[in-house]
Amino acid sequence: MDLISRVPGGPIEKKWDQHRQDLKLVNPANKRKFDIIVVGTGLAGASAAATLAELGYDVKAFCFHDSPRRAHSIAAQGGINAAKNYQNDGDSIWRLFYDTIKGGDFRSREANVYRLAQISLNIIDQCVAQGVPFAREYGGLLANRSFGGAQVSRTFYARGQTGQQLLLGAYQALERQIAIGKVQMFPRTEMLDIVVMDGCARGIVVRDLVTGKISTHAAHAVVLATGGYSNVFFLSTNAKGCNVTATWRAHKRGAAFANPCFTQIHPTCIPPSGEFQSKLTLMSESLRNDGRIWVPTRKGDDRPPSEIPDSERDYYLERLYPSFGNLSPRDIASRRAKEACDEGRGVGPLGIGVYLDFRDAIERLSRQAISERYGNLFEIYQQITGEDPYAVPMRIYPAPHYTMGGLWVDYNLMSTIPGLYVIGEANFSDHGANRLGASALMQGLADGYFILPYTIGDYLAQTRFADVDDSASPFRQTEHEVSDRVTKLLAVDGRRSVDSFHRELGRLMWDRCGMSRSREGLTDAIERIRELRDEFWGDVRVMGRSEDLNQSLEKAGRVADFLEFAEVMCHDALHREESCGAHFREEYQTPEGEAKRNDADYAFVSAWEFTEVGCPPKLYREPLAFEYVALAQRSYK
Amino acid sequence: MDLVLRVWRQTGATDRGRFVRYEARDVSPDMSFLEMLDVVNETLIEKGEDPIAFEHDCREGICGSCGVVINGSPHGPHGGVTACQLHMRSFKSGDEVWIEPWRAKAFPVIKDLIVDRTAFDRIIQAGGYISVRTGSAPDANAIPVPKRDADLAFDAATCIGCGACVAACPNASAMLFTAAKVSHLGLVPQGQPERYERVVKMVATMDAEGFGSCTNHAECEAACPKGISVDYIAQLNRDLVRANVIGAGTNGSSSIAGD
Repeated sequence: MDLISRVPGGPIEKKWDQHRQDLKLVNPANKRKFDIIVVGTGLAGASAAATLAELGYDVKAFCFHDSPRRAHSIAAQGGINAAKNYQNDGDSIWRLFYDTIKGGDFRSREANVYRLAQISLNIIDQCVAQGVPFAREYGGLLANRSFGGAQVSRTFYARGQTGQQLLLGAYQALERQIAIGKVQMFPRTEMLDIVVMDGCARGIVVRDLVTGKISTHAAHAVVLATGGYSNVFFLSTNAKGCNVTATWRAHKRGAAFANPCFTQIHPTCIPPSGEFQSKLTLMSESLRNDGRIWVPTRKGDDRPPSEIPDSERDYYLERLYPSFGNLSPRDIASRRAKEACDEGRGVGPLGIGVYLDFRDAIERLSRQAISERYGNLFEIYQQITGEDPYAVPMRIYPAPHYTMGGLWVDYNLMSTIPGLYVIGEANFSDHGANRLGASALMQGLADGYFILPYTIGDYLAQTRFADVDDSASPFRQTEHEVSDRVTKLLAVDGRRSVDSFHRELGRLMWDRCGMSRSREGLTDAIERIRELRDEFWGDVRVMGRSEDLNQSLEKAGRVADFLEFAEVMCHDALHREESCGAHFREEYQTPEGEAKRNDADYAFVSAWEFTEVGCPPKLYREPLAFEYVALAQRSYK
Repeated sequence: MDLVLRVWRQTGATDRGRFVRYEARDVSPDMSFLEMLDVVNETLIEKGEDPIAFEHDCREGICGSCGVVINGSPHGPHGGVTACQLHMRSFKSGDEVWIEPWRAKAFPVIKDLIVDRTAFDRIIQAGGYISVRTGSAPDANAIPVPKRDADLAFDAATCIGCGACVAACPNASAMLFTAAKVSHLGLVPQGQPERYERVVKMVATMDAEGFGSCTNHAECEAACPKGISVDYIAQLNRDLVRANVIGAGTNGSSSIAGD
């Protein structure tokens, strides 16, 4: 396998402009002769499908929801970054680029990140033109806020529903193209494999989730915009349907998987309340601006928080990081919370949680002031937990939230399979080992509106395509394999439900490949994943039949893929013998317990090639060079 | 707590469907309503029975996937929340809970509690957008938008497309859904060029899809998990009258409130 990044030469500010001039164009009259498949209709997929159709290509778009508007991008709360410098506070493309490289702990490509910062400007323009109701000042101009510890106010937002408003903008653009007839939309249709012919991606195999019918679709290129894999942990902030199936099946057909162990854990989520817990809810990080985080000093102290005097409370972030305190970065805040709970000092009914206390802020500022700042968040918290956070401290605990890893792509967003493009969270491209707040929406829309529509044209213009329809033998063969797998899942007829396997896998991954990892834990996890996978295929019980709407069957297919994928994630974490960004290896830390990056040996992207289920994948390295931002160690002391 | 559930089971669009009685035991007050259904489904699978099909995804009240009628109310007894945000502490042991799908001609049942809501997508296709190609936008601050208009537009734009408004309406009208989008786009300057054509086309599509007319019951507003106001229906009607006067769109429509 060749990892050719195709990063253009020249100074970093000129690379993308020069590259766009060098890309081949498809004649306007010929565009309608090209069919493009887009799988997934979140921010990246919907924006790409709409834009490609506007250009004149014939697009087929697929999603497993009943409508493209349901994709999980809808749940993003905080905002979207752009280097507009509307606040005149010294922001610039360069500064956004610099912050993203540094925030990613020097494990992303400089050229990609610079392009992202450049395009951030166009995204805001585009969204406003679509009618996205961003927050505004009294003068009618756009409002901004500082987010995630950034030194400038570059985040655009629509109350706590920025993802929803941006997705609806892209969804409406997509619906417009559906009405015109340039996009054929397939809702309630799940992609189960890609079809590779003569080494190129030429189509997909899908299952109609209502009728169960398995069918194939041919095209000149395939775009995956299928999101991240946080649900490998079972409990995460992701929607229940989020899964790794599309990217995993593409990986099994030859697409390299990059940095799968880079998974972000968000520090402020509501802790689980029992065995029945099905997902975790994120509480905005802004709460850490006024809330103080603490646990009891003594293990197993089960007094109500109001009865624990200050002298017996450990405000551990303020103690360990006096200058950043409760605003320490996500990975540090998360890891320290887990440590406190592992020591037996966790709070709440299950002992997994730490207090986020507003007592002092209410005294200092008044209840009214706190209510104005966080009223809606306090309501959500009370709705879920039944506790009043004005009177009793909130309980929070970290939860998996976003995956920086994904299918490897070159500068053109093409995977190692020619003709297979990967955009949004599904690729690995821009966030390195850690994503900054309000950057996921930016990347999804940059890929979909402004990068892929250019780069895919270059591929279509340069490639000589054999005429293909879906009666060709690779289509029939792949379809057979998919049908066989569905039949096999139903035939096991064992005793354990799909969810019980998913829960067990999730707990294992959380313990061994979550916030902190060790050689011993990972080696053991790989063994246990294999055992669990064997047990799954010997004892899973999937109800119903395949010719029907069957939610157990849908879940079973996804969990079967997580059970294969989890192993690669552990291999990646095991191989990366350093701590960087969200990846913390217990063996590689400073005496004070901080992450110790190893730039001499690990300044590269790990791209894994599939070998066989149960066998270690093969590693390829894409070296990372830092020509513009000097390598530096983070410090929050 | 222990509950008795009466759940609508229907194998497909052609099946007549029926309520089936289930017992939910040891329900924790901290469970969400959907987690309670998860647990019931696990016990059904253990017994070798087909689990109850229900739609859900984000489970934090924003994707609009979930939605069932609980004891006669869409999304359950409380205003302002979706079924996934409803917690079992709202019930007490011994309660009987009736659970059924949205009932509307334009939302045919697919299975059990899952209905087909693609009619909503077709209403959007009729004009629920601003026609702007990628790349042709002016600078985002080139056109100031008064804060009041931006806030009102946002309030309308928070619609999650769940369909509770239709389920709550005695006429199964989709006026609140349609009005929310018409108002959102009609309140921002970027939406003005297509404003009157948009309202005519969207209302015509709503009628053609088999949704009923609005007769001002305002049940929709009470059921809406995002609290979208019926004021937006008045806004739609004003735009529709003006559209008819100036002859925008193709033809008029019978959906004016009180008609």
